[in-house]
Amino acid sequence: MADIIATNETILVVGGGISGMTAALEAAEFGKQVILVEKSPSVGGRVGKLYKYFPKMCHPTCGMEINQRRLKMNPNLRLLTMTEVSSVEGEEGNYSVTLKTAPRYVNENCTACGACGDAVEAEFDNEHNYNLNKRKGAYLPSAMAHPQRYVLDPAIIGTPDATKAKEACKFDAIDLEMQEQETTLTVGAIIWATGWQPYDAAKIQPYGYDRIQNVITSVEFERMADPHGPTGGKLLRPSDNAEAKNVAFIQCAGSRDRNHLKHCSRICCMASLKQTHYVEDAYGDEGKSTIYYIDIRAIDRIDDFHQKVKANPNVTFTKSKVARIDENKGNGNPILRGVDTEGYHRYDNEHDLVVLAVGMEPSVSDFPVKVAVNENGYIEQDESNGGIFAAGCSTDALDVNRAVQSATASALRAIQVVNRVAGSEG
Amino acid sequence: MASDAINYYRNNFLKEVEANVEEGAWVKMCMQCGVCAGSCPLGNAWEHTPQKIFMMIRAGKRDEVLSSDAMWMCTSCYNCIARCPRELPITHIMHGLANYAHRLGLAPKNQPTRKFATMFWNNLTKKGRVNELKLGIALYFMNGLVNGIKVAIKAMPLGMSMMKTKRLSPMEILGGHGIKDTSGFHAILKKAREIEDAKMKKFD
Ligand SMILES: Cc1cc2nc3c(=O)[nH]c(=O)nc-3n(C[C@H](O)[C@H](O)[C@H](O)COP(=O)(O)OP(=O)(O)OC[C@H]3O[C@@H](n4cnc5c(N)ncnc54)[C@H](O)[C@@H]3O)c2cc1C
Ligand code: SF4
Ligand code: SF4
Repeated sequence: MADIIATNETILVVGGGISGMTAALEAAEFGKQVILVEKSPSVGGRVGKLYKYFPKMCHPTCGMEINQRRLKMNPNLRLLTMTEVSSVEGEEGNYSVTLKTAPRYVNENCTACGACGDAVEAEFDNEHNYNLNKRKGAYLPSAMAHPQRYVLDPAIIGTPDATKAKEACKFDAIDLEMQEQETTLTVGAIIWATGWQPYDAAKIQPYGYDRIQNVITSVEFERMADPHGPTGGKLLRPSDNAEAKNVAFIQCAGSRDRNHLKHCSRICCMASLKQTHYVEDAYGDEGKSTIYYIDIRAIDRIDDFHQKVKANPNVTFTKSKVARIDENKGNGNPILRGVDTEGYHRYDNEHDLVVLAVGMEPSVSDFPVKVAVNENGYIEQDESNGGIFAAGCSTDALDVNRAVQSATASALRAIQVVNRVAGSEG
Repeated sequence: MASDAINYYRNNFLKEVEANVEEGAWVKMCMQCGVCAGSCPLGNAWEHTPQKIFMMIRAGKRDEVLSSDAMWMCTSCYNCIARCPRELPITHIMHGLANYAHRLGLAPKNQPTRKFATMFWNNLTKKGRVNELKLGIALYFMNGLVNGIKVAIKAMPLGMSMMKTKRLSPMEILGGHGIKDTSGFHAILKKAREIEDAKMKKFD
């Protein structure tokens, strides 16, 4: 990676989700030199794993595709995938950062023809589908992956599968000798856009995510609804692959709860409202959704989305935090037990499938550099951070709209820093 | 006009609970999510779940709350405390409310848990040690003579084996064992009660 040129007028963006891509593009299109590093083999982050976006119900592909094109076209922007930051030293206007790039074992010659994938046999959990199905040991991370380049799973290196993959490639794109690389660069400002991760649902003991097959999470439901997902877009329950027509959504699963995440994750009400559409789209009037909630927080201008769902006779709203879930051993149905706050009625409701609207927590808890974080672990805008800024869901639980706004703001802040450097040196 | 509205919303009962009930200051933190109500193993056996009691306190329903049997039905299983997203010490508040209602003489007269708790307290404070024989007998006959004999006969094998293993002495019937300084103990209890009474705030 000797060809990377970076100076203290360069901006480093860490994390290639929608926020990191936006921050990097804004700065690069403004004329700044930008290096964007992404831990996984392709950009897009969690948005790439959504089926549709609220509030417009369009596919994430559209917004993402534009960003990918902007990324490809911009000469000021350098993307490094499978790369993480291992250390940061220095100060605003002059940081020395060390990057570690994991071997992909596939070089630029790759045309994504898929011959290596066909040739290998070993299968692994598919991260893109939250491990709901398997992928091959030579794989394209997702259909719309950018870069469109295969990856070899490090677990097949040294096995006959690796040789098979290499022999199958007609373009000499597979390089089994690739090693981890370490690069040290100088940059003037850094933007953290490492995003969020779903709260570990198994920790919410009474909901039995770890025990009851037909209790899944909202992020898994997104994958299920997607035609590229593990069920080919069918809403099927895991225990018996039966059609899930009577779906329960449990709000605040791990959020607004001092035993779990204290904060409101802010997007999960909207996510469940959106997902009731998936149920109706799949099964028409036979598709019934019930939302169990404390209160619905459909933030500001998107409340009309909430009102429309509320008016839908196929969607029931039950004001209650579900106390616990048991399993009907006969048919695998989860049984939700609790008390309805409106009227204090006790219920024991059976559903085909339960979707936990899990909370969002920061994906990184151990930054390689000192940054100010709030009590929920999100990065604070703070003077003590110097030339280090944060964008998107590393600052708070945000929807895409707000994440992108925050990314633009962080790009502006970083530009000011490198402009100051340029001014004092100019 | 303005003061009418303020008076309408001024809720003395919430303030009273905050001042006089153990852990009462937590009541206002409840967000009415309903998890405690659904988690209580006895929840369907009583009229008011913790969630409902807390809302009634905030709605100023003093008589209904203090005469409710709900607080007396709590078995201290702690399910509600473990699950409450706001970490309210629900079990303790329930017992605090029971105790407060009892002190004011408003608790339901024939509530069995209350009767037993009173018996237990009187038995314990007499000599500073529980007289299990007397307590057991009193418990058996709590609901009348005939019922008491029936229960006592049923429990006889247990009593006999407790005696064999020296967990229960028949001599206790003659007065029973106690602590060394009973009058000192009574003075402590009296002082504690004085302190508690002095702390109690008046509300109208
Ligand atoms: C169930 C669900 C449904 C949702 N639906 C919608 C919706 O319909 N509409 C909407 O507006 N929002 C929706 N959201 C919210 C949306 O997912 C987020 O707003 C969005 O993902 C934020 O993007 P981000 O770039 O900040 O973070 P992320 O998407 O998490 O991206 C972070 C990126 O950083 C990378 N990274 C992480 N750590 C490192 C590291 N150490 N080094 C390098 N790279 C790293 C990650 O691999 C990832 O690519 C939904 C959320 C959930 C939970
Ligand atoms: S957005 Fe809704 S479901 Fe998510 S934490 Fe907030 S209130 Fe709960
Ligand atoms: S669980 Fe806690 S917050 Fe929820 S209703 Fe009960 S006391 Fe209130």
